[in-house]
Amino acid sequence: MQRHLISAADLTRDDAVLILDTAEEMARVADRPIKKLPTLRGRTVVNLFFEDSTRTRISFEAAEKRLSADVINFTAKGSSVSKGESLKDTAQTLEAMGVDAVVIRHGASGAPYRLATSGWIDAAVINAGDGTHQHPTQALLDAFTMRRRLIGRDAGLGEDLSGKRITLVGDVLHSRVARSNVDLLHTLGAHVTLVAPPTLVPVGVESWPCEVSYDLDAVLPKSDAVMMLRVQRERMNAAFFPTEREYSRRYGLDGDRMARMPEHAIVMHPGPMVRGMEITAEVADSPRCTVVEQVANGVSIRMAVLYLLLGGNEPAVSHARANASEEK
Amino acid sequence: MSKILIRGAKVLGGEPQDVLIEGSQIASVGVGLSADGAEVVEAAGKVLLPGLVDLHTHLREPGREDSETVLTGTRAAASGGYTAVFAMANTFPVADTAGVVEQVYRLGQEHGYCDVQPIGAVTVGLEGKKLAELGAMHESAAGVTVFSDDGKCVDDAVIMRRALEYVKAFGGVVAQHAQEPRLTEGAQMNEGVVSAELGLGGWPAVAEESIIARDVLLAEHVGSRVHICHLSTAGSVEIVRWAKSRGIDVTAEVTPHHLLLTDELVRSYNPVYKVNPPLRTERDVLALRAALADGTIDIVATDHAPHPHEDKDCEWAAAAMGMVGLETALSVVQETMVETGLLDWAGVAERMSFKPAEIGRAKGHGRPVSAGEPANLTLVDTAYRGSVDPAGFASRSRNTPYEGRELPGRVTHTWLRGKATLVDGKLT
Ligand SMILES: [Zn+2]
Repeated sequence: MQRHLISAADLTRDDAVLILDTAEEMARVADRPIKKLPTLRGRTVVNLFFEDSTRTRISFEAAEKRLSADVINFTAKGSSVSKGESLKDTAQTLEAMGVDAVVIRHGASGAPYRLATSGWIDAAVINAGDGTHQHPTQALLDAFTMRRRLIGRDAGLGEDLSGKRITLVGDVLHSRVARSNVDLLHTLGAHVTLVAPPTLVPVGVESWPCEVSYDLDAVLPKSDAVMMLRVQRERMNAAFFPTEREYSRRYGLDGDRMARMPEHAIVMHPGPMVRGMEITAEVADSPRCTVVEQVANGVSIRMAVLYLLLGGNEPAVSHARANASEEK
Repeated sequence: MSKILIRGAKVLGGEPQDVLIEGSQIASVGVGLSADGAEVVEAAGKVLLPGLVDLHTHLREPGREDSETVLTGTRAAASGGYTAVFAMANTFPVADTAGVVEQVYRLGQEHGYCDVQPIGAVTVGLEGKKLAELGAMHESAAGVTVFSDDGKCVDDAVIMRRALEYVKAFGGVVAQHAQEPRLTEGAQMNEGVVSAELGLGGWPAVAEESIIARDVLLAEHVGSRVHICHLSTAGSVEIVRWAKSRGIDVTAEVTPHHLLLTDELVRSYNPVYKVNPPLRTERDVLALRAALADGTIDIVATDHAPHPHEDKDCEWAAAAMGMVGLETALSVVQETMVETGLLDWAGVAERMSFKPAEIGRAKGHGRPVSAGEPANLTLVDTAYRGSVDPAGFASRSRNTPYEGRELPGRVTHTWLRGKATLVDGKLT
């Protein structure tokens, strides 16, 4: 494993499978009466959020606390791009405090990469979403959810997603979730198709390891998982599509469309869902929709990532692993 | 009268000759000139060029003296072999009045490192709405002939048309920063494969090309002269080539960095590579080199854009756009154009001195290296190899994309009207 987790593209197949397997062990901690491991005791992790995301922050915080890390939450809302210096200044303040890892969320693509490579700090850097670039732990939790649902919880151990057909639908252009998922799913052997109106597909997508289609109905019957991406209503005003209704008609997932998916296929969404335009309530509330599991799995994945980046080789870890396997 | 004998220099890359400077002029050029009473500069193996002329420099004074001043900028120019620079108008206050351009012009004369020819803004405050007092700037002591809202595009077609027409009265030229503003909202880098992957806002080639296409057609329609700043795409080259073939009076410039660097470098997210127009692809770079070689692109201009460290030592999106270039321009041209066999040194002189002086009507610059001409000269050690160390820059800012990179060639001497501004690589 590398020292930082900036992009899903940085993970090898073996790294990714190791994270997914480790997350399975971490998931078992959640079933215990005391949901805590001593792994990161004495380590300090900072959640550095330049952009609002309560969901992601809480997920990381839960993961950090379950691993017994000391947690500092630093929210620097609004200071991201308007005052460029703040990232460096803040980073150096944290460095002076002896921080071991920084979980960073930033509105500017590349900010975590800058943080990890510019020599400002020594701490491990985990990207919790940067601009329209990457959100690797989201991709990992999505892959984890797919592996559990499409292969099975125990059967999946050591496995990747070879041969699975995954479809991502919606605003690919502005989506760090899409970029991360394309990279990771490809690494894990899955076949990815992006579906969106041409205005929401980036120029340059030809170089991505996936297919692009403008026709959702044609792709659905061949999908093992369909992941709906969030579409912001403001995009309509910027002429990315004519009306909400038209978008919904062509790219929204409703009950009829879901019925065209294979029986085993699942519906995913990174949340928060905008019901109506991109996904109907009927689909969102169906048992095939994994949104709630994705949230729970997020904690396990983030525990696994923190554990592997920060504590991976220490005894507390193998202890945790031993416990985990005993409880099987 | 002081005399300097430059001995055995390859004038414009040709056979070794001696060049005798007396006072502010070249007294004679020939073989075996007498050194009697003259200070001798041994120049065997070196190339002697007419003093370089940069049609596109940002000196930042007035207003951003923390980035650069007329003094530091002209010292950087002299280090790079320049004897004249055209200073862009996007200062604070904007150079849109006779007062501001005269101030900049005078500072250049006082410091004496190179002539500063101010460029006047096309529109008041660079706002693109109302023509600035172009005539008054032309008639001022600064004698402005080049007008540009550089940094911004004159995107209103009517304003552009009027500016092109108006400057005809005094032989002026409008230098356009071609950037369709709506197509580049939120743009951070070249739009293409790399921007798609990095999730950075795209600056599409068509935003440059569509403005160039429009402006050459406007220039044709009103019979005016238009200059295109920092051409950066293969498509722009095609449009300019077409316009020239049609007889339209258009000239174009390319920066050294667009001749060498590509958008692949942005993968580092290091804002030192953030520039406007953005670094493009390998295909564009090769097209630009070919166009500079065949004359479709007339000149090399630096777009020297100094920024203080803190404006670059941050995340990409927050960083300022621009690179310094005066002190590395000739080396980059040597590497990309001379050592590739695309241009000889006479061709370099044409594109970095004669032609930019002609486009900007810079008096006394871009003149032949021959008797009776002003002694504006640059001596280059073309055999030199070394890596770029920004700590040694004369520019107040250090935002070079070439730090640590090996580049060939080094300017050892620069003379401005017979007065040395650079001797053995050191400023006087
Ligand atoms: Zn410009």
